[in-house]
Amino acid sequence: MASTRAWLLDDSPTSLLQANLGRSYRIVLALMRNPLAVIGAIIIFVLIITALFAPLIAPFSPIGQDLANRLQPPGGTHWMGTDELGRDIFSRIVYGARITLTIVALVAVIAAPVGLLVGAIAGYFGGWVDRVMMGITDVFLSMPKLILALAFVAALGPGIENAIIAIAITAWPAYARIARAETLTFRHSEFIAAVQLQGASPFRIIVRHILPLCTSSMIIRVTLDMAGIILTAAGLGFIGLGAQPPLPEWGAMISRGRSFILDQWWVATMPGFAIILVSLGFCFLGDGLRDVLDPKQGDKL
Amino acid sequence: MSPPLLEVENLRVSFPSPQGRVEVVRGVSFSLGKERLGIVGESGSGKSMTGRAILKLIRSPGKVTADKLMFDGLDILAQSEKQMRAIRGARISMVMQDPKFSLNPVMTVGAQIAEALVTHTKLPRAEIKARVLSMLEAVRINDPERVAGLYPHEVSGGMGQRVMIAMMLIPEPDLLIADEPTSALDVSVQAQVLDIIDDLVTSKGMGLILISHDLNLVSRYCDRILVMNSGEVVESCVASELSNAQHPYTRGLLAAMPQMNETREELPVLDRSAWAGT
Amino acid sequence: MNAITLTDLDISYGETQITHDINLSIAEGESFALVGESGSGKTTVLRAIAGLAPEWTGGISVLGQERSHGVDRQFARICQMVFQDPYGSLHPRKTVDASLGEPLAIHGIGDRANRIEAMLEAVGLDRRFRFRFPHQLSGGQRQRVAIARALMLEPKVLLLDEPTSALDVSVQAEILNLLKRLRREQNLTYLVVTHNLPVVSFLCDRLAVMRYGRIVEVADVAQLKSGQLANAYSRELYAASGGTLVQQIQD
Repeated sequence: MASTRAWLLDDSPTSLLQANLGRSYRIVLALMRNPLAVIGAIIIFVLIITALFAPLIAPFSPIGQDLANRLQPPGGTHWMGTDELGRDIFSRIVYGARITLTIVALVAVIAAPVGLLVGAIAGYFGGWVDRVMMGITDVFLSMPKLILALAFVAALGPGIENAIIAIAITAWPAYARIARAETLTFRHSEFIAAVQLQGASPFRIIVRHILPLCTSSMIIRVTLDMAGIILTAAGLGFIGLGAQPPLPEWGAMISRGRSFILDQWWVATMPGFAIILVSLGFCFLGDGLRDVLDPKQGDKL
Repeated sequence: MSPPLLEVENLRVSFPSPQGRVEVVRGVSFSLGKERLGIVGESGSGKSMTGRAILKLIRSPGKVTADKLMFDGLDILAQSEKQMRAIRGARISMVMQDPKFSLNPVMTVGAQIAEALVTHTKLPRAEIKARVLSMLEAVRINDPERVAGLYPHEVSGGMGQRVMIAMMLIPEPDLLIADEPTSALDVSVQAQVLDIIDDLVTSKGMGLILISHDLNLVSRYCDRILVMNSGEVVESCVASELSNAQHPYTRGLLAAMPQMNETREELPVLDRSAWAGT
Repeated sequence: MNAITLTDLDISYGETQITHDINLSIAEGESFALVGESGSGKTTVLRAIAGLAPEWTGGISVLGQERSHGVDRQFARICQMVFQDPYGSLHPRKTVDASLGEPLAIHGIGDRANRIEAMLEAVGLDRRFRFRFPHQLSGGQRQRVAIARALMLEPKVLLLDEPTSALDVSVQAEILNLLKRLRREQNLTYLVVTHNLPVVSFLCDRLAVMRYGRIVEVADVAQLKSGQLANAYSRELYAASGGTLVQQIQD
């Protein structure tokens, strides 16, 4: 173990792989010095494990009804109680982690690359390309996110896939703005001029030289946005436009627990706690990443 | 021989780093009267840190220690922050390198110079205005009324630096520390600015510490020179005797500079292993 | 054939005209300096030749080929540029190996590993620097990488924008020696922009003094060394740069 560490921290790497791994390792080390970031990372890790191993972790089926046992308070058999159809809430939350993770990952995977590309191209070329692309971006940005998502879902029909697409459509403009701002900061720097002078095509410059520099701020922004995405998905689920029953989506669970909130508080609050915890986890991790990947600290990382 | 204006003994400045505490100034000692002292060194030599330590501008996590750091009988290390504020500007001033970064971009030039006076004295507005204008004239700015109303981005580099000097000298301090005052300026303007500093310092009987990486410059405008390398003073000599410098680092530095009348095929390069330099 | 010929070159940037009527001929194998203060337009001339300042009228020809107004793939093989700021001229996320390999990849030149190692040796960098990132290099080392990068495509003409201004004196000496040696070994033509007259004296054969976008004097370096510059502004610059004391120590 010690020699692996030494290999990673070697000042004079002998291969590109070693250099890149070393750099990632140093970032992780720096991140680990921040207690909140560690907490955030643990929460996210738990989320991922829960989602992956849901069948092994959940004691009951998430959709199996047991009307004789409906609305049981948290206790020995049912750690978080049961809902109005007798389903074990804890198991539903565990399976719901899969849905949450799917939504968050798919939105990130769809929206971030699109935003990144639009922003980088706009920032690099400037002129009318910039104006057209930013105009389109501004149109999307000017609409309130939840309402836009609502409109799309209403048009496409309820369901989790459409909810994901709707949220992704509202998320990409912000990433485009960030990518453009980043690109503008080094668009005229000497290292870009140098590679232009070598005869590189704009495509090559954008993909191989500009995009890598935008990734830090993109990672930070996406991580911090995850909380918002979860809440938007929960909001859609709450209104009934996201995941449909009997899928154990956390927002939908809160919605159905509304009617019992005074006497059987656990039906609505348990999923609420889950949402808060996961959002917090992403926020802590995102903050920690921002401190560690801060461009002002240089090109250290 | 007047009592020294500044006495520094075994000054040490250290900063934390991933490898433990690193000393950037390692045991610097010198004393300064009402004369012009030049501190020369390359980047990383600790010369700027020495200047900042005198003004107690180094904040934690940096640490400053010294056996003695006395300014005109006052123990700098023992002064509270409030007491230091009364000293900075009024008794010790500092001119920095780039007026682009050291002047407040949203205040006019005149307002900034006036601020230096207002902070340390209680004079009526008309008097302050008069002093500002006369100070602008003293730094050889021809149209003081007009220039006083300009913003920093509207003046050239050389003029900005002269404004900086005006700002720093208007409260009539006893000691001026100039940290690379001309490095950001064109060559033809450098001489002007240094002449002004020289003039004012001599006419007001101030002490001057001129920090620079330029050996020639320092030898022209100072009485004594300290050469620093890696946090230590490696040479201390009278400016006119620079060509007879003893320490290999100084001699190496002098030899490595290209001359106006250069005939060498290759420039001699510093052998850093000799004293574990940077 | 001339390495670089500039004819009636007027370069503008938006509304402002930066240079006026620049006429210069630089022979192959020559080391020529463009000297001036900030605002003289010297860097702009360099950028126009490289294709980074496209708004110009007049004529620019390099090694017999007329220059287009923009950047040119073919031109990259005959002329390259070394920039001033070692801290800004290397891509912060690319290792030395990647930065040096990029021009090879763009032009489809093979034998990558050998060429990179050969170039590192030529600029005096040990092999252990090959996979470092720029923030792990000192200013002088970065400038060596920048020079190596410029030479990867084996150009005949090198444009140098204040190559040592941002470096310490001791490091400057090393880089100047390196530049002089490389020029001799590869028979390169240099066009050096600088405000530092002693550097011109060491590195160059001829110089042109620029002021407010015009050339006020073209002289031989011998004239510079003996202080026999003709133009009044040139003499002013000379006097302001004069290093009197240190002259005595030279052996």
